[in-house]
This record gives sequence, C-alpha cells and structure tokens, in this order.
Amino acid sequence: MPSSRIYAGSRIPTRVPTILDVDPEKHNLEDILTVNFGPNHPSTHGVLRLIVDLDGELVAGIRAVLGYLHTGFEKNMEAKSWWKSITYAPRIDYLSFQANELEYVLAIEKLLGIEVPRRATWARMALAELNRIHSHLVWLGTSALEVGAISMFWYAFDDRDQVLDLFELAGGTRLHTRYTQVGGLAEDVPPGFTAEARKLCESMPRSVDEYEAILDRQAIWLERTKGIGLLSAEDALALGQSGPVLRGSGVDWDLRKNMPYLFYDQVDFDVPVYFNGDVYDRYKVHMDEMRESVRIVRQCLDRIDETEGEPWIADDRKVVLPPRHELHTSMESLIHHFKIVTEGYRVPEGEVYVVIESPRGEAGCYLVSDGGARPWRVKFRAPSFAALQATATAVQGSLVADMVAVAASLDFVMGDADR
Amino acid sequence: MTATYAAVPGVVETREALAETTLVVDPARIVEACTALRDAHGFNFLSDIAAADYLGWGEDGVAGYVGTADGRDLNLPSTTGLARLPEPKPKRFSVSYHLLRVSDDPARVRAQVWLDDGESVPSVIGVWPAADWFEREAWDLMGIRFDGHPNLARILMDDDWEGHPLRKDYPLGGEPVRFSDED
Repeated sequence: MPSSRIYAGSRIPTRVPTILDVDPEKHNLEDILTVNFGPNHPSTHGVLRLIVDLDGELVAGIRAVLGYLHTGFEKNMEAKSWWKSITYAPRIDYLSFQANELEYVLAIEKLLGIEVPRRATWARMALAELNRIHSHLVWLGTSALEVGAISMFWYAFDDRDQVLDLFELAGGTRLHTRYTQVGGLAEDVPPGFTAEARKLCESMPRSVDEYEAILDRQAIWLERTKGIGLLSAEDALALGQSGPVLRGSGVDWDLRKNMPYLFYDQVDFDVPVYFNGDVYDRYKVHMDEMRESVRIVRQCLDRIDETEGEPWIADDRKVVLPPRHELHTSMESLIHHFKIVTEGYRVPEGEVYVVIESPRGEAGCYLVSDGGARPWRVKFRAPSFAALQATATAVQGSLVADMVAVAASLDFVMGDADR
Repeated sequence: MTATYAAVPGVVETREALAETTLVVDPARIVEACTALRDAHGFNFLSDIAAADYLGWGEDGVAGYVGTADGRDLNLPSTTGLARLPEPKPKRFSVSYHLLRVSDDPARVRAQVWLDDGESVPSVIGVWPAADWFEREAWDLMGIRFDGHPNLARILMDDDWEGHPLRKDYPLGGEPVRFSDED
C-alpha cells in the first residue's frame, strides 16, 4: 500500500520514494559497482553521503545518507531562554542565517502578539533579500566550481564579500549577525548603511549579467546543465520541493507573493518561473532571483530612509531590552535588563507554525510554548532536508559525473538538513 | 472556515488559535483524513511533520513564594515556574502534519494526532511521498512509530544509537563518548 505511484508518469521510485533501487530488468546485477561517495568530498556541500550503484558510468541506484552534521540544535534550544535561543537559529542554515533568524523571531512574535515597528520590518526585509543574494552567490560559485568553472567561484565570492560587508556594517558581524530581536532589531540601522547598500544595488545587476555572459555562452556549462536532473512539477510538489527547485520545475509559487508576510505585499517584484525542471532552469531561477532581490532591496532602502528617526524596536519593557543609556540612570530599566537577560521573558502558551520564503524555499518553524521562559519544543522545517529527498528522483538515469551537478542544483546546506 | 473541514473523516476536534487551524484526528484514521484533505481540499503539499513530547507538561507549577517547613529555599528563586498552568494535553506525544495548498487560493492547516508511548500511527507516505524522511526523523528523534513505512530507519542519529534524543526524558549532554579510554 505505501508509496505506490500516486499518479501516472511519476519518476519517483516506488518502494521507498527517496531510494532508487537497481532495476534488474534494465541492468545486469553482476555489472553493478557500488560506490560510496562522501561524506567528506568537496562537492557534497558539507557532509552528504551518497551510496551509488553504478552500471558503467550510469547511475542505476542511489541512496542519500545524512546526519553527519547533526548537532541537536532543537534539543539545545529547549534548554535556553527565548532570548538566548535566538542565537541558535541562524547557525542552522549557515548560508541563509538572516532567514532562519527571522523565521524563528517571527514565530516568537506571533506567540507574544507583539507589534513590530515598520522601520524594523523594512530593515528585516532588506537584510533577508541581501541574504538571498548572498546565499545564491555561494550556490552559484560552488555549483559552477563542481562542473569545472573555477573562475565563477572567485567572481561570486568577491561579490558575496560585499554583501557580508553590509551585514558587518549593520550588525557588527559578518555571519550569524543576530541582528533581529524579538520586537524589532538589536540596534538602529547605522548611518551610511543605505548608501553602502545602494552601491551594491548598482553593481549587483551588472555582476549577474556578467555571470550569465560567462556561463550562458559556455558550451561545457550548457552541456552539463541542460536536460539533466529532471524533476516534473508534480514530482517536485509530491516530494516537498520548494523555492528555486519548485520554480525551476514550472510551479509559479513564492510565499512572498502567494502568502505575503512582512511587507512583501507592498513591494514590486516578479517571481521567475522556468519550465524544463532541469539543472539549467534552476540556475536561471537563481540568477533572476538575484536581480529581483536587488529590486526589493532598493525599495526597502527607500523606506528605511523615509522612516529615519522612527523606533526600530517595540516599546514593551517586559520583552525588549531597555535602551543602554537608561541603565545608568533608571533603576527600573536596570531591573528589566537584569530580568530579561538572566531569567528571560515568558511567552504565552500555544503552538504556531511560521513559514517564510528563505533562499532555499519553504522554511518553517513549529514552536510550542507552555507559557514559561524557555521554548517547550522547536522544530525547523528545513528546506534542504526536503530538497535532498528529491535526489533519487532527479539523479536517476544520469551519468555519475552529472550526479554532482544535479545534487548541487537542489541547493542544499547540510547544516540545515541535519540540524 | 471551520465548517469546511467538517466532512474530513476521522476529525475529532477542530481548533482555531493564533490564526491557525488545527484538526485533531483519530490516529487510526489519519491516512483517510489526509487523503481527503489532499483530494477534496487540495492540500497537495506536505510542508512538515513535527512531533512533540509533552512529558512533564505543566509540572513546573505556578510561580510564587517557594517555602519549605524550614523556611525559604534560597536555591529556588520565587519567580521560577509558570504564570499559570497550561492546558493539560490528552496524551504524551503529538504529531502535527503541516499541510499547504499550493494553488491560487493558498491555505495552511495542521492535522494533529495524539499518541502515548508505544502507540503507533499509520504512515502517510502513500499520500505524500515527502513524508518519507519526515516520518523517519520523527521516529529517530522522538520514537514515534509509523506503521506501513517501508524504511523506518534512523536518519540523523547513528544506526545503532540508543534512545530518542528529543524526548523530554532524554538528558541533554552526558551521552557516552565513544572511543574514550574508560571502557
């Protein structure tokens, strides 16, 4: 009964949807060579292990093994106060840290019912989109590297560095900024941030054009990406794929457009959709999304400038740390500061599931509170975890050399998958 | 909104809280309910399966003056505990299926089943293939058994790992270190 084909024409393996077994009718079982690929291999984007059954150069069977980067984030977060547990969220997916932090903070805010000032929301959106550019650049650089385009790696990482400079300017650190706080931001957007970010908005579309000029006229790149790693729209949905993978398979679905959160309904942008469901189309979606993110960042920067001088964090002293300067003069502020840092604030009882469109797609956070100072249960819906479920479907029938390109195109981060 | 899910088979309770709909489903009829949600209500996308352990739920008690017969216990600050007791849960474990309708009329719904330790729930892998790893993860970390799953093996922990780390009775830290000199 389980895992029977749920519709005609599906390429999803039948016995177990995530394991491709060698078909004895297509392959001579005596010719099959089982190869262990990973977990430590430069092209596994971390520590993914693939057990591959090869018939010559053809991938006849494949099985993904994960867990090598499992660090127990969810368990650890249960032992920390709400305030401290935010630190863990960005470290789960180390390429889209702003998105993870944002989704976790949004879930806490939903339980608290706290109103976030608009200046903070615009800044969060700007950072989330900058993070999308950052994540896509790393994806582009490493994916191109894996099929031999080494120069792309240097170009992409050069631009990535400029995005990290902006994070450093805003939050003081380049990665894992912890700039998003419950109620708003940790600090006001610093002077000069919008001017610096606008410089990036000027240079970034040009860079994306250059990348496309390099890759789209490169016969090797086209040969190695077009028509491989096929995933139909139905298969992608059935396997829980989201983000660029889903949009590369022809599904016009983006939470920012279809179920808007923050102020995404107030900005103007397009959702790129491509229909072939191959590695090349996933690459095109990534490239177009970087351009669209620049458009969104520009609009957010205008709003950040317009709201200059407005509060950047909610005025709720039971949850939000008091301003630093008050600590020297106000006894009450000192007490609030002490209580929030040591004991933490309480979050009303309830369960929520908050989902945002991270660079990798549907990133969800299921949060249960018992009304105490620590989360009762935190569960992240990791888009990378879901993406890896499609390896068996997308890789089947491809050559072993293409397997690397196909796996990379699913855009996973092992920290996110293993948590 | 609530009335629209009334025809879903196996639903024992419908809750609306924090702008989210939760359908509590009889565990034995979860496949029936999920098939109806997919086919009649268009929930074509399984977003997540999240298990939670409620062992010790509400046992922190209500905060207040912590005193003993000998006087106040200085090791127990008077503010630990909850502001008020949380609503009791029917059983120890909950398994929440977060469903999404990918269409022009998007919606989310949570189907939830309640289980005690040792009870199992039928696998929904035949409804959404995406359930494969989500169910393996719930088994691995929380020890929820899914009947009919063709490959219910550990996924994040080692194959020979003992216990289910995200259970509340599993200690944080203190796990034996392998290859140490002590054994």
